[in-house]
Amino acid sequence: MLVLGAILICCGCSKEPGGGSGSAADRIKAGEYASLTGKEAAFGQSSHKGTALAIDEVNLAGGVLGKKIELITEDNQTKAGESATIVRKLISRDHVVAVLGEVATGRSLEAAPICQANKTPMISPSSTNPKVTEQGDYIFRVCFTDPFQGKLLSDFSLKTLKLQKVAIISDVASPYSVGLAQYFKEPFVAAGGIIVAEQKFSSGDKDFNAQLTAIKAVNPDGIFVPCYYTEAGLIALQARQLGITVPMLGGDGWEAPELIQIGGEALKNTYYSTHFSSVKETPEVQKFVKAYRAKYNGETPDSMAALGYDSALVLVDAIRRAGTTEGAKLRDAIAQTDFVGATGRTKLNAQRDAPKAAVIITVENGKFKFLQDVLP
Amino acid sequence: MSEFLQQLINGLPLGAIYALIALGYTMVYGVLRFINFAHSDVFMVGAFSGFYLARMFSYQSFALGLAILFCAMAICAALGIIIERFAYRPLRGRSTLTVLITAIGVSLLLQNSGQLIFGANPKSFPKLFVQKNFALPGHLVISSNQLAVFVIAIALLFTLRYIVLRTKVGTAMRALSFNAVAASLVGINIDGVISFTFGLGSALAGAGGILYALNYPSIDPLMGTLPGLKAFVAAVLGGVGNIPGAALGGMVLGVVETFVGGTGWSTYRDAIAFAVLILILLFKPAGLLGKLQVEKV
Repeated sequence: MLVLGAILICCGCSKEPGGGSGSAADRIKAGEYASLTGKEAAFGQSSHKGTALAIDEVNLAGGVLGKKIELITEDNQTKAGESATIVRKLISRDHVVAVLGEVATGRSLEAAPICQANKTPMISPSSTNPKVTEQGDYIFRVCFTDPFQGKLLSDFSLKTLKLQKVAIISDVASPYSVGLAQYFKEPFVAAGGIIVAEQKFSSGDKDFNAQLTAIKAVNPDGIFVPCYYTEAGLIALQARQLGITVPMLGGDGWEAPELIQIGGEALKNTYYSTHFSSVKETPEVQKFVKAYRAKYNGETPDSMAALGYDSALVLVDAIRRAGTTEGAKLRDAIAQTDFVGATGRTKLNAQRDAPKAAVIITVENGKFKFLQDVLP
Repeated sequence: MSEFLQQLINGLPLGAIYALIALGYTMVYGVLRFINFAHSDVFMVGAFSGFYLARMFSYQSFALGLAILFCAMAICAALGIIIERFAYRPLRGRSTLTVLITAIGVSLLLQNSGQLIFGANPKSFPKLFVQKNFALPGHLVISSNQLAVFVIAIALLFTLRYIVLRTKVGTAMRALSFNAVAASLVGINIDGVISFTFGLGSALAGAGGILYALNYPSIDPLMGTLPGLKAFVAAVLGGVGNIPGAALGGMVLGVVETFVGGTGWSTYRDAIAFAVLILILLFKPAGLLGKLQVEKV
């Protein structure tokens, strides 16, 4: 048993990053935590692919400050509690200069206080709840926030879809879902809309028939479903089975190919807002889409990939401007970011958020279809 | 009234699935007096068997759907028998606690091998049968899937009842559950009957897995945990070791859960469902249909 243990420990040593070729001095270590497996794996995978592409491009062009960047990626398995553990590991054992992640608000909220306490900058690619950057001055994001997203969805429901009575079904176990429901409700009610029903469920639930039957009984014009794609797909499916045909709306949490795989034809007459559309003609978008397709077998990037890509480039840009990777100076450089990337211009404001345009997507014939831009 | 009936239509298929899983718990408890915690993962394997079998065919038909269902049941039955042979049989005669811990170990083994083999990401389950919605009078809707779940579950329950009450091996199972020593004295092959019980229970769990995946088509290797827990509760609710009790317990739990979910209290759905369990057990400690047995010292 002892011998076996010793062998295992030795194997572990040789696999240490940076232990083999090249010393730690000629590399800059950047940490990334993502949901690479588990219920929201589509988010983590997309985001990671975008981030990895950006780091590859930077390294091919000679790196930054004369050093290559080494991306250390850890998987939180979509589990609550894991993000805190792996971010602690990234900071204390790998000594990363900054942390990139996460997509989901709940998991970003776990890691943010740890990064703040260790004075290690954290850049979230696509967590939209305002609370994330409120955790402290070392926490940034490269995307818009939910008050903006909620307002635009409310305007879209009232003005474009002409919905007066809307029912909401939200996930009580997800801070993203609870927040977005609230940020939709406030402007919607203020502009004269009526919320006819508010139903709740808990992440991981698969049966929504009970809640949807109650919603059907109050006859809404539309249903707002602020949650992630697995639940959104199942909710759409069960709603259509119950004979509910009204439009359904969601936020950026809907964006994943799995939404269509699960929901299928039930997603007809559904809309969601998100950060990025690959059909846009700007040179930055087209350059990114081309590079992404070349690296990942022709796969088309989604919002999470584009924001993952931008989050890494924003970090590299800040390291270049700061001329150092020292925490406080790097933080100040990130705070002054004004950078044009795949998702448009990222200019961080005083709250360390990035007001940006959103796009509205609809589903037609089993495919995502770009509908319109919404400017901040 | 229409909403009440619709919720009943929603709740009964869910309850039928809980009932199918609960039967496995209850039958194993009946013959071996321990809770097989790996049962909920056999349920998961059932769903994944269906997933991979369905991918081998490019068309769908009613007969093919049924064939896939029976194949998945056979795979699960084999898995149940293998688990019993290699994990539980060597421990027979040891304390129940040892076997219980082993069961938890087998459950974790299945979950983690599932993540390794099938991948940890949720997969979308194919449509095995043509899907249609039927409108009933009074604005009620029932989908073909819900109907299929209900019909298949009831058919399986009656088949099981027939096996247990009218066949030789069923009689042997009942004899074993009364007194294992006496049963072996009259010439019953105990190992064979226990294997059969595990196979039968696991086949039902496999069917439950497919029916669950048909209604909620997102499957992952950890999908068994929650329905498994609910089914375990259903088995206790009906009186563990009692076959009609498990079926009744599953139905009650499914329906109660759905009714709570449809009120403004949906956040507390599981809490209220389990509170109902506690209440029932306070007044009927042996479960709805269970009989209290005095332990002889």
